[in-house]
Amino acid sequence: MTWTWLIGAVLFLILAPIAGGLIAGIDRKITARMQGRVGPPLLQPFYDVGKLFEKERAVVTTAQNFYVLAYLIFIALSGALFFAGGDLLLIIFAFTLAHVFLVLGAYAVHSPYSHIGAERELIQLMAYEPMIILAAVGLYMVTNSFYVADIALTTVPAILYLPGVFLGFAIILTIKLRKSPFDISTSHHAHQEIVKGITTEFSGSTLAQVEIAHWYENVFLLGFIYLFFSWNPVIGVVAVAVTYAAEIFIDNVTARVRWQAALKSGWLVAGALGIANLAILSYMMLGGA
Amino acid sequence: MQTLLFLILFPILVACLLLFVKRTTLRYAVVALSALVIGGASIYLLMRYAFEGAVYFAAPSEAASLAMVAIEMGLALFIVYMGAKFRNYLAIVLAVAQAALVVYLETTFPGNLHAVNNLFIDQFSIIMALIIGIIGSLIAVYAVRYMETYHHHHPEVRDRQKMFFFVTFVFLAAMFGLVFSNNLMWLFFFWEITTITSFLLIGYSETEEATRNAFRALVMNLLGGVAFVVALIVLAATEATSGGIDLARVLASGDAAVVLIPAVLIGFAGITKAALMPFSSWLLGAMVAPTPVSALLHSSTMVKAGVYILVRFSPVFAGTFAGFSIGLVGGVTFVVASAIAISQSNAKLVLAYSTIANLGLITACAGVGSYMLVWAAILLIIFHAVAKSLLFLGTGAIEHRIGSRDIEDMEGLIVRMPRMAVMMFIGIAGMFLAPFGMLISKWAAIEAFVQVPFGLVFIAILAYGSAITVFFWAKWMGKLVAVTRNQERVEKGFMEEPWAPLYIITGLVIATVLLFPVISSTLIEPYVLAIYGVTALLGQANVAIMLLMMALLLVLPISFLLFKRSAKHLPAYMGGRTATPDLHFAGSLGLTREAQTRNYYLTEYFGEAKLFLPGAVVCTVLILASWVFAGVAL
Repeated sequence: MTWTWLIGAVLFLILAPIAGGLIAGIDRKITARMQGRVGPPLLQPFYDVGKLFEKERAVVTTAQNFYVLAYLIFIALSGALFFAGGDLLLIIFAFTLAHVFLVLGAYAVHSPYSHIGAERELIQLMAYEPMIILAAVGLYMVTNSFYVADIALTTVPAILYLPGVFLGFAIILTIKLRKSPFDISTSHHAHQEIVKGITTEFSGSTLAQVEIAHWYENVFLLGFIYLFFSWNPVIGVVAVAVTYAAEIFIDNVTARVRWQAALKSGWLVAGALGIANLAILSYMMLGGA
Repeated sequence: MQTLLFLILFPILVACLLLFVKRTTLRYAVVALSALVIGGASIYLLMRYAFEGAVYFAAPSEAASLAMVAIEMGLALFIVYMGAKFRNYLAIVLAVAQAALVVYLETTFPGNLHAVNNLFIDQFSIIMALIIGIIGSLIAVYAVRYMETYHHHHPEVRDRQKMFFFVTFVFLAAMFGLVFSNNLMWLFFFWEITTITSFLLIGYSETEEATRNAFRALVMNLLGGVAFVVALIVLAATEATSGGIDLARVLASGDAAVVLIPAVLIGFAGITKAALMPFSSWLLGAMVAPTPVSALLHSSTMVKAGVYILVRFSPVFAGTFAGFSIGLVGGVTFVVASAIAISQSNAKLVLAYSTIANLGLITACAGVGSYMLVWAAILLIIFHAVAKSLLFLGTGAIEHRIGSRDIEDMEGLIVRMPRMAVMMFIGIAGMFLAPFGMLISKWAAIEAFVQVPFGLVFIAILAYGSAITVFFWAKWMGKLVAVTRNQERVEKGFMEEPWAPLYIITGLVIATVLLFPVISSTLIEPYVLAIYGVTALLGQANVAIMLLMMALLLVLPISFLLFKRSAKHLPAYMGGRTATPDLHFAGSLGLTREAQTRNYYLTEYFGEAKLFLPGAVVCTVLILASWVFAGVAL
């Protein structure tokens, strides 16, 4: 019993990059089909990252390697904490720490493009953070625990109590997955971006680390979605798949917005969907219903 | 009891001694030695009383009380004189009103003005004493060299260093007195001393601006002082049920409704002193003073007195609408001040707004006042004092070196002043990143607010507030770590200068994180347990994870060794133009141009002009609401 948490953490550390890479492959495939293309092979993300590791080492400043490594380590650590069943708030804060490291890496290189990317990444962070915290609080209000282990084993259908929170979370998920319309700091699509924003100055193995961290992060985020449906594992997995498919669809039918719109959307969503939902919920719990 | 009296009286002795010391080297010796003694005595206090709970001391009463009233009258006369000299009649009116109320109190209720025990010590007081004794005296040590350089840079300012250090040490003595007093009359006396000392320190440079801001601080704090005396009069008049002016009896009083009115009035005094909105302008104005004064006001003294009294009274606030309104004043201040901090590029202003925000958060915890929130509030006081003093002292040292306190000018500090940059980095991390202190407290606050009725308001405030906090700190951090090229290192000779306090406080920022489970279990938890009968605990697993994260952060820099080899260095990408590493690029017409990077300040959304007034109006309404609620409860 005492060691089960460790299994979750280790499995995440080993399997998440594989799962994350596969999801990225499927994502590219579906995206290509939506655009009427054939698309790359399923395993293309792995080939890409593998190739990056073979590139010549070139840096603007040595310090950038440090920040990106710290980013990767803390993303992996927070994801591992999540799958070990840890405290959701602590996990969210550890994720913030990881992202701050990425931002610092972009600042450290002192380049105009990555500087703007860094600023925009911070704006994104500011846009989605309130909603994520509210989501954690919402799950607490339903299950009475901040621990992922308890939330995952709950028999209460959290989604029925938290429809607004879930919708709000799905919207800011677009920011976190770096998908259009909110991919303002760096994008996966060549048509959105002149230069690659926050990752402009990262190359070779450093860029590969950013990519792997992103895979880790995506698996964690999908895990977070699962928590809303965890009372029934089958529905949970289906819901995760549907949500991700919806994100791909939105990614392909929208164009990038300006940062003001990203910030306003994130905050408005947290207020209108998140807080309103929680207010109704706490009114019900106080005995109003 | 001797230690308590020693901590109050010894700084006064040193203060008097410093009135006669002219040479900097000698002054440094005296200040450093007394800092050692004061710090040592506060640590002795910790070891002696940490495990004893609350201990009360009768302490000599008659003569001391008389002397205090006499000094209060003297100070009132001083304010009247200064007010007349600088034509600030509001200060005169408030000082006279306050003196008149004190006289009224002394003459009308002479029988009700005795506390059985005048002094006391408990775990919370020990924590405050450690903050004052260690951080406060380290700032004093730093100030000696700083002031020397300050006068070198500002020949136009009259050299009144003897007065400066006299006032500084009196300030420390008053703070000790404030946190050790069980007699509320005594507490009020020390409260007023801190008002006067901060007035004198803010006005140090004697420029028109400094004088104006000093008077603003004075007027606002006197307003709080008047509320404090009114609270004392109410308490004395209802001595039988409320417990009179005996702090312990007031807090233990069963008659919550009677005690609530004076508690709200004293809470108002706390709000003015802690510079919450709408009174935040005095603390912002206070930055005209030399940097050590800001460090002192923001971290270990003054504003901490404000939140100290609020946290002391939080058992009275707990569960009342009045307390909830006071908590909301704090909550609104937290989110509005944090937002305004985004729009500031002046480092001292960013620090000031962040202080106001954090004091707001502490007040939010104290006003709502559940046991977990009190736990979080005390934790916030500790971590904020340590990290904020480091940041102020650091900013002062940087300003002397690079001649600017603008965050944009701190670009590439990691190249120009590597040691300083690392210390600032740690200080900023201490303010907002996991696993550092402030974040632990915010986290605890969220967990606590979830369990409080209507706590959702505060959850929302914290959710937005902490997102904002990340933004303005991270962009400052980013400026510090930018690796700029072809820039001279200006830190040379840095080691020879006695910046020792900076190193020590940097160590303390890290040490408080590593030691916080111990601090919590030996000091904060017993205090909370004694008052509420239950105490807050952080899960063991979570503590372990935090320590793991901290260890990882300390180890990670070793990875620099891995990167040393080989890598090819290229200039930054400049849109394909030929560029040099220091951001010069080949522009059109054969001209070489320079690219510059600037942070976002989003003034359009978060500007002072846009947010201050609404915030101040909301807070004023909430303060008035707290009075109405307290009145209705009676």
